[in-house]
Amino acid sequence: MGKEIFMPDEELDLSVNLGGIIMKNPVAVASGTFGYGGEYEGFIDIADIGAVIVKGTTLEPRCGNLPPRIFETPSGMLNAIGLENPGVGIFLQEYLPRLRDQGVTVIANIAGNTIEEYARMAAMLEGNRGIAGMEMNISCPNVKEGGLQFGVDPDMVYKVVKAVKEETSIPVMPKLSPNVSDITAIAQAAEAGGAAALSMINTLMGMAVDVERRKPVLGNIFGGLSGPAIKPVALRMIYQVYKAVKLPILGGGGIMNYIDALEFIMVGASAVSVGTGNFVNPCLARDLVWDLKKYCIANNIKSIEEIRGAAVQ
Amino acid sequence: MPFIENGLVLRHIEVSRDMYELEFIAPAIAPDCRPGQFVHIRSGLDNNPLLRRPLSLYDVDKKLGSITLLYKVVGKGTNLLTRIRPKEYVDAMGPLGRGFSLLPPRKTALLVGGGVGIAPLVYLARVLQQQGCKVKVIHGVESRRELVALGKLREIGVEFLPSTMDGSAGYKGLVTDLLLKKVNPADIDFVYCCGPEKMMARVSEIARENGIAGEVSLEEYMACGVGACLGCARKLKSSDAQYKKICKDGPVFGMEEIEF
Repeated sequence: MGKEIFMPDEELDLSVNLGGIIMKNPVAVASGTFGYGGEYEGFIDIADIGAVIVKGTTLEPRCGNLPPRIFETPSGMLNAIGLENPGVGIFLQEYLPRLRDQGVTVIANIAGNTIEEYARMAAMLEGNRGIAGMEMNISCPNVKEGGLQFGVDPDMVYKVVKAVKEETSIPVMPKLSPNVSDITAIAQAAEAGGAAALSMINTLMGMAVDVERRKPVLGNIFGGLSGPAIKPVALRMIYQVYKAVKLPILGGGGIMNYIDALEFIMVGASAVSVGTGNFVNPCLARDLVWDLKKYCIANNIKSIEEIRGAAVQ
Repeated sequence: MPFIENGLVLRHIEVSRDMYELEFIAPAIAPDCRPGQFVHIRSGLDNNPLLRRPLSLYDVDKKLGSITLLYKVVGKGTNLLTRIRPKEYVDAMGPLGRGFSLLPPRKTALLVGGGVGIAPLVYLARVLQQQGCKVKVIHGVESRRELVALGKLREIGVEFLPSTMDGSAGYKGLVTDLLLKKVNPADIDFVYCCGPEKMMARVSEIARENGIAGEVSLEEYMACGVGACLGCARKLKSSDAQYKKICKDGPVFGMEEIEF
């Protein structure tokens, strides 16, 4: 509402090939912020979104963490949902067919407790029509290796990406955790393991305290910080990874408008994802595409490629 | 069907200390509104505060296409919201959530509100009254100046009993004691309740003891408001391991479903 009528140049092609994931425009919605798409029908035509990365699925259904699960912080929010989901089987039977029929570019998101679980899920997704890409949430603790998160150890990242890659022809895109000391080592391990693209960044681990009750606010104590508060961290990490690997990057972290999106593109992202911003403006993905087109026309840019990495020195 | 629109503010007044009534024109949202639903309001264009605030429908004028909200300033978001002036716009998303189920005509409904929890019950009172139900409203507050819904409830024409902790108006004491002393359970077919959890727990208990069914409206931190983020989770008695989402499965739930 309140937007001027302006038809961006239809000739301008903003489609992106993200390591084999073909997106009609460079804006995706991040996993866990858009459900399985249906929640936002009515606000936005979800087939118009570059890619819908659906809520993370696990091998077995999960009921999620004890509430409270979310808490707003300065220019951001903490969440500890706990991967509540109906399981990969229900995703394939109930949600995927509907999304496919609507012409939505779907990127599945998988999370596992062991390498074998990731591989099994990849095998289950393989062969299903309508999955353009497979994002791997590697911020889960590996129960076999004593609960250490997959995403913080280059060796484990290599192994889990390789195991998934061996089970599927769908382009594999690990989502990197920012809670590491050297993000480039993780990115290189993912590249060596056979990743087609990198998604970054996942949330930064944080917490909040309820001073009156003298307790952590979140039921899970710790939660993932997202929103504009983390944008500078995300930009820095993508900048570093862009220089360290050849893989295309899906960049996000606090994007609220097209200027934010341009920042991500200029540090090397091939496409961007919006997450927390969807909660504020469910039409953000669509608005970003419009605004990016307007920007390109105004600046005589024919393709996003022209400005990708422009700020990297 | 929910919409997002910039609603032209008609009226925005402080009706009691830190309590505001905000009326705005929302031609897309207003027609589908049902009592107990909410709108998700953006309090500023800055990123801080970032998220929308869920506010229940206090009154809806479908002829005019306007929505009225009643809110209490509790933090940064609601504080910022107070600055929006008439003739300015408010960014609203709605109507969202599952509202109250409506009692059939000629039945008697008891509406029990605590503090600002009276908000969704006022629009409910209007709709129930319109469809020919008998409506009794009881409202518990600290002091008489917080009886902000008095005017609207009088205009709707429902029976109204207040309780105040300081005795400045109506019954002196808790609204649940007023309920026990002044309401004959035999007269009531259904109870609707919204307020602090402790109060809703006690009202649910009293209703159950008297074999009266009812509904409560819950509150929780929300992010998306549409069931996508799974943030506002609550376990129901009947739902085993599954969490329900207050924004989408609620905010209204059957009294018997809630473990207080």
